[in-house]
Amino acid sequence: MTKKKEGKKIVFQSEKEMPMMAMSLGSMLYNKTGSWRNIRPEIKTEACIRCGLCWKFCPDTAIEIEDELPVVDYDYCKGCGICAAECPAGCIVMVEERR
Amino acid sequence: MKKVLMGNHALSFGAMLSRSQVIAAYPITPQTQVVELLSEMCADGTLDARFIKVESEHSAMAACIGASIAGARTFTATSAQGLALMHELLHWASGGRLPIVMGNINRAMAPGWSIWSDQNDSLSQRDTGWMQFYCSSNQEVLDTVIQAFKVSEKLSIPSMVILDAFSLSHTYEVVNIPDQADVDAYLPPFDPLYRLTPDDPHAFNGLTSPEHYFELRYKLERDMEKAPALIEETGREYERQFGRYLGLADNYLCEDADVVLVTSGTAGSTARVAVDDLRKSGVRVGNLRIKVFRPFPFDTVRRILKNKKKVAVVDRNISYGHHGIFAQEVKSALYGQGEGTTVFGYVCGLGGRDITPQTFREIVDYARTHEAPEEGILWIGVKR
Repeated sequence: MTKKKEGKKIVFQSEKEMPMMAMSLGSMLYNKTGSWRNIRPEIKTEACIRCGLCWKFCPDTAIEIEDELPVVDYDYCKGCGICAAECPAGCIVMVEERR
Repeated sequence: MKKVLMGNHALSFGAMLSRSQVIAAYPITPQTQVVELLSEMCADGTLDARFIKVESEHSAMAACIGASIAGARTFTATSAQGLALMHELLHWASGGRLPIVMGNINRAMAPGWSIWSDQNDSLSQRDTGWMQFYCSSNQEVLDTVIQAFKVSEKLSIPSMVILDAFSLSHTYEVVNIPDQADVDAYLPPFDPLYRLTPDDPHAFNGLTSPEHYFELRYKLERDMEKAPALIEETGREYERQFGRYLGLADNYLCEDADVVLVTSGTAGSTARVAVDDLRKSGVRVGNLRIKVFRPFPFDTVRRILKNKKKVAVVDRNISYGHHGIFAQEVKSALYGQGEGTTVFGYVCGLGGRDITPQTFREIVDYARTHEAPEEGILWIGVKR
């Protein structure tokens, strides 16, 4: 991931330092929700038509586009399968998670 | 410019003059003409706003939240079951610190189905972190929408502007409509501290651990506590500009009163008529109309009710297993303020049963002829 941030936990010592709402408290980064996954998307990039639909539909923004091709961030992908369902080229398959 | 407006349209004009930028609403019952007129204004270009028609009140508030977090001045309106359906999202709006303004028509909650007035719909949302303004005239409705945007945007807390079904919502009154330029001078464009924008991406309202949640609620309450003074300040500013003061409560002849009627909404204007009549026959009564229910104006209520012998709180609502809700609040405000004030709690007018000057005469008669209430709830007008 080119733009990947460090998943560091943010802890404010005082309410005075905090924004008034739960804004960018870091929980979206340090909670590696990828561990919830039972099935994982695997992308056969040779068949990819570079439409970007998987990137657009991923509800966890766990797909990045690198050199015009999608790359899954398995730290956050929960394995919902939306990308595979939406892919018009059928190049994303959901496979049983390897433990 | 003066116009003859129903209360619903007074809300619409308030939202229009405030230059609302996004209006999201569900258009079917229990909706009212508030958003009907606003949709026409959006369609004919009177109001430069995006009107989002949604499939439920839950979605209406969700759309408002999205628009508000993106930095748009946002308005919606609802009533009764529609407000109840929004309940979850009301917490998202206040917890997300979004200054949405919503009109709510006080209608009784079903079952049985009712489109008539009582306050249980909005009072059931008491603890959602919204400010609540109960209006008693169509002029006050229009003025309060404009003021509510100003107060909400300063504090980042949403507001409900509330009016009784039919006795205000569908009643026509002469309303003075301020000039747009004057409203613009009073209410500058919405300029939030934080907004959802690709230029400065942030995650809003994500998972919040016990390390931070408590502080966020502390901050919400601390800002809510600033509201009474801000409402008075912006109310005086409104008076300087438009000649009409918008405060926390109205004191009508309470100074020398032996019995003070505590009311809210249109019952307040009816109470004034009763006060005038009773005073003609030598009975010293007054009326404290509480306009702002959240935050509760403790100082104002204490100041006006201090050393009063008898206070008759008239509730068009009920907290089952307790009392009328304003009566609870008034008792809580008077706790520890010295002895000698007896609070009589009346419940009347549920489900749109009329509250008339005669109702108030009955209420005052009871308070005058009893040292203390015989029951926790004094029921007026129930057929038993």
